[in-house]
Amino acid sequence: MKELKLMKGNEAIAEAAIRAGADAYFGYPITPQSEILEYLMAEKPWEQTGMVVLQAESEVAAINMVYAAAACGKRTLTSSSSPGISLKMEGISYIAGSELPCVIVNVVRGGPGLGTIQPSQSDYFQATKGGGHGDYRMLVLAPASVQEMCDFVPLGFELAFKYRNPVMILTDGVIGQMMEKVELFEPQARLTQEEIIKNTPWATTGRTPDRERNIITSLYLDPYVQEKHVCDLRDKYIRMEAEDVRFEEIATEDAEYILVAFGSSARICQKSIDMARAKGIKVGLLRPITLFPFPSERISELADQVKGFLVVEMNLGQMVEDVRLAVNGKNKVEYFGRFGGVIPNPDEVLTALIQKIIGG
Amino acid sequence: MTEEIIIAGFGGQGVLSMGKILAYSGVMQNQEVSWMPSYGPEMRGGTANVTVIISDERISSPIVHQYDTAIILNQQSMDKFESTVKPGGLLVYDGNGITRHPERKDINIYRIDANDEAAKLGISKVFNMIVLGGYLKLKPIILPEFMHKGLEKSLPKRHHGMIPENEKAIETGKNIIYPVHTL
Repeated sequence: MKELKLMKGNEAIAEAAIRAGADAYFGYPITPQSEILEYLMAEKPWEQTGMVVLQAESEVAAINMVYAAAACGKRTLTSSSSPGISLKMEGISYIAGSELPCVIVNVVRGGPGLGTIQPSQSDYFQATKGGGHGDYRMLVLAPASVQEMCDFVPLGFELAFKYRNPVMILTDGVIGQMMEKVELFEPQARLTQEEIIKNTPWATTGRTPDRERNIITSLYLDPYVQEKHVCDLRDKYIRMEAEDVRFEEIATEDAEYILVAFGSSARICQKSIDMARAKGIKVGLLRPITLFPFPSERISELADQVKGFLVVEMNLGQMVEDVRLAVNGKNKVEYFGRFGGVIPNPDEVLTALIQKIIGG
Repeated sequence: MTEEIIIAGFGGQGVLSMGKILAYSGVMQNQEVSWMPSYGPEMRGGTANVTVIISDERISSPIVHQYDTAIILNQQSMDKFESTVKPGGLLVYDGNGITRHPERKDINIYRIDANDEAAKLGISKVFNMIVLGGYLKLKPIILPEFMHKGLEKSLPKRHHGMIPENEKAIETGKNIIYPVHTL
């Protein structure tokens, strides 16, 4: 039997980073994700695997350390919460422009500004539509359990290197702070320098006589060169949409109504579904696991089968825009949310479904 | 079986660790569990609470607004959580520092003077285990052998010498809890 532990979501991320053979973590503490850095410091992975764990002087420094380590082909991650992620955005844009693989964890708290330390999903737009400047996308994974917090770290690295692109794990204070059972995967060794040179021939690993210098940059002063570069980035994003859309469906087979929710909201919706079905209302859940690429195709298919969608989010209504684009006017799409750190309760969700979709 | 519990009191009373031991014992018993602490402004004000869910099935929401059981260890928590117990549910409280006793007539109410008992026995460290014992007498959802394993898992190895003392405190709790209002 595999190792079963009771862990906080934040601790699961940290343990998974060590087990996934990460080379480095650079971060700066902020509630509600400080346990990631605390756990790594307590575990001292530099003594076992050689993984570097460093508390930088700021979030800006941390993300630029990620840039440098990723440029060397290293498996690197950082984490923060909303205000800290805003500070990292310039660096994330450079990382996307320079096509560097890394994993960035955002344990979201309510905003804008310093906001609250309570959980929220108000960084959906920032994560999926840009956040930093320029035409770029991150691949965004939204875990809904502590198990997924663990599993999405190696998956995040795999996808980051597949596309040479930053991957964000977008979670929140609920999943970060709660403890659940986790089945830990077998530790993987860190790659050797020879393996890095072989797997990432683009990385700045030291020039050898048989090849030209590798240059990592996001600067192309010739607009035609820059246009070509942006086209190449676009092709990657199209490929992500073709190959790496992930979602989960619960009780959708016979559903007349669909709740669409990600992360902790999706957990709350599962309870609403149980309550609805006890009343004879056939409700199912579509939970996007990748927020970009978004499961638009599946939502469009469901729009031909059901009577309406309620999008449930802990924000003012952000993902609802993507659901409306996917449904494209074919069916009714409404939004229900709480925000500012308030968590919706399953009764409210059910009431909203009845009022806005079933009765409305 | 699904049991949704809120444990609430002051920081330092062992609220979060009581929840953790309960949750870990559930894991040992091969059940689904979740443990969701307060980590927000209320924690910084000195109060602490944790929601623990133990179930035979996959747990949907780790956050609930109504509980099968509330274990209440100070007046602020009484004010906040008495109303959140499901009708027919259970409220367990320590009378120490309580100025307004629970008034609901549609739930079972039990009192455990664990604080006084712990002081009397000179074992204030295991106050929370006395409370837990009282609760487990009313709802024996965890078998003693799994409680033992849960203690082993949740306490650091250097504190394993204290497990017998914790188990004794659980037994003490079972003996001193008494009904105030039952349906």
